[in-house]
Amino acid sequence: MKVDLYERIWLWMATVMIVAFLAAVLIAAGTHAVHPPSHMETIDPATVLSDSEFARELGVIVHDDGSATVRMVAKTYVFEPRVVRVPAGEPVTFRMTSPDVIHGFQVVGTNANAMVVPGYVTQFTTSFAPGEYLVLCNEYCGLSHHLMQSTLIVDDRAADNRAAEDRAAEDRAADDATADDTTAEVTR
Amino acid sequence: MSHATASASAPLDEAPVGSPAAAGDAARRRFETHRLEIYHFGIAIGAFALGALTAVMQSLSRADIDLPMRSEKLYYLSVTAHGVLMGLVFTTFFIMGLGYLLARQTLGRVAWETSAWVSWWIAVLGTLMTTLAILSGTSTVLYTFYPPLQAHWAFYVGATLLVVGSWGWCAVMLRSLVVWRRENPGAPVPLPVHGMVVTVIVWILATAGLAVEVLTMLVPWSLGLIDKVDPIVARTWFWWFGHPLTYFWLVPAYVIWYTIVPRHIGGRLFSDPLARVVFVMFILFSTPVGFHHQFADPGIDSGWKMVHTVTTYMILFPSLVTAFTVLASFEVAARLRGKKGLFDWILALPWKDPFFASVALAMLSFAVGGFGGAINAAYAMNAMVHNTAWIHGHFHLTVGTAVALTFMGVCYWLLPRLVGKQLVLPRVALVQPYLWFLGMLLFAVVNHWTGILGMPRRVYSGKFEVTELGAEVARAWESWTLISAHGGIVLFVSSLAFLAVVLGTLLFGEPLAEPPRCTFARPLDPPPTETTIWDRFGLWTVIAVVLIIAAYAVPLYHLYTMERFPSPGFQPF
Repeated sequence: MKVDLYERIWLWMATVMIVAFLAAVLIAAGTHAVHPPSHMETIDPATVLSDSEFARELGVIVHDDGSATVRMVAKTYVFEPRVVRVPAGEPVTFRMTSPDVIHGFQVVGTNANAMVVPGYVTQFTTSFAPGEYLVLCNEYCGLSHHLMQSTLIVDDRAADNRAAEDRAAEDRAADDATADDTTAEVTR
Repeated sequence: MSHATASASAPLDEAPVGSPAAAGDAARRRFETHRLEIYHFGIAIGAFALGALTAVMQSLSRADIDLPMRSEKLYYLSVTAHGVLMGLVFTTFFIMGLGYLLARQTLGRVAWETSAWVSWWIAVLGTLMTTLAILSGTSTVLYTFYPPLQAHWAFYVGATLLVVGSWGWCAVMLRSLVVWRRENPGAPVPLPVHGMVVTVIVWILATAGLAVEVLTMLVPWSLGLIDKVDPIVARTWFWWFGHPLTYFWLVPAYVIWYTIVPRHIGGRLFSDPLARVVFVMFILFSTPVGFHHQFADPGIDSGWKMVHTVTTYMILFPSLVTAFTVLASFEVAARLRGKKGLFDWILALPWKDPFFASVALAMLSFAVGGFGGAINAAYAMNAMVHNTAWIHGHFHLTVGTAVALTFMGVCYWLLPRLVGKQLVLPRVALVQPYLWFLGMLLFAVVNHWTGILGMPRRVYSGKFEVTELGAEVARAWESWTLISAHGGIVLFVSSLAFLAVVLGTLLFGEPLAEPPRCTFARPLDPPPTETTIWDRFGLWTVIAVVLIIAAYAVPLYHLYTMERFPSPGFQPF
């Protein structure tokens, strides 16, 4: 097939451009583990609100290493819990699902953006700079879709909370120990 | 009595050429010849009119401008109507009409014309059912109709009939090709029909996925025959269909760019063989790309999303080739008029011709929209734009301008040829594409920016006043949303201008004694004389099916075999 010289040059330029685009995407994915949320886990939407980890452990759990797990339910037309506080700069793993229709979970100004689908658990990990972020639903879910929003607070108090909780837990443990001792004494 | 004597003795019946009566006859004959195409274009333009009417209030509502009768119910209903009427009805009917016209003009016939009419009736019936279901307020599920949002059964059955009608069109187009090939063994397929046959193949591959979703899931579910459907499985079949759908829109626009415009402006097609390569690449890469619409979905492994990212980037290639070939064809037209400078040929193009202006502006929009598409497809970067205003900004540049403006522009070329009448309101016709382009600069380009700022798509109001924080964040995009509302008004005015020219010409156009003929661009080099591998549609379709299986078999197997909990229907509207 005869291809004009200029056209041949253009075809090569187009090829180089596409290869460069793909390289940028693939290298970022490979070296920085930048992937879209693609968790493979299912859940019965009928049990989400009554009998599931989302019923029992809704909200934030800060772990010992400073990272956090956030369990949220997106339902028409609210996110539960409505305010979530997570530590800054630490990996935050979101686990989310819906008991009704499909919702979107978008933290404005960040790359946290995922579909929340009934029957499936959406899970992804990211981290945030300190600040207050608007969380909104970006998938049409009914006539009040545009009212579905909540707040994500990212600050060091989440970590302080952990410290405070830890202190409280330590105190409780100490009290328990004292109590045990006391009991032991009485028994003895 | 001979014919000549008869006309001499009965001048009232057979008026001499050039008289108004003779012109009226010529116009009527044109209309009769092209009745099939005209009826398709008619439904398309009717859907466009209704779609435009529902659109303008949406852009105003997003800017929170209070209109009489404004309500959430009406807003989301109108988003559904606009998407279905513009994206599925206007485009499909227009493309079917264009296909029939190109077959008639370059293959010499539309085979099985009766079947074509039956298909038209089926598609019209389906369109009416779906439209009424939407207007009744029982099917506000948007044009993506993701379950577990559940529409009235008439919505899905109507959509099915529209697609079944379009399959009839596919059969008629392929039959016309087969008959022509039998009469012209070894001859290369005329380029306009080559592109339309590719459109047919892309459509068949695309609608196979839609058929699985609608026939095995949504129709029985809406009729109560099955209780539950799985939303991710449904979305996967939907996007199997949803991306090649965009090439079903685009390839016919390319056919117009490659084969009609260069001739119209007095130029030549720069390269015939490369045009065929471009069309064939759309058969190969249109379909195995759907996961780039599902990057944010659970239940699909990221590795398969990566595979679809790679195939998506492949499909940039034919469009980049098109940018060169079509622009070079324009340059040839200007050089043939004696322009020798590096850039003066651009000014020498017929910018005052409404058809050319439409196509040139459509191409310019597509250059921007195409690169935006490369960002959408960028795997992880997609998270920055997914379901934000960026997305509808993107597809109003691509399907909303590259395709729609091309289709509107070609109407100015088609009307005299199909109904044999002079275009009325030529100045309105000339201003119309420029208004559309301006409207899209204000609406579509600006919505890319509001999307980056975080504004979601498909919201009744952009104010977000539920929380103080929401109101504060929304202030960042408030003024931009107002600009996009102005864009919506400009687009509406442009739509009215288009409709005025079309209806005015139909009703009041001066009949032409010798209506212009449909002529197509000849290539710069002598046209090919033999069939090449690029005309072997069967071969390319088989390879495309293999690619689709490679891209979809494993993730679909995963979805169908894992323990899943499907959903009952919800109607929160």
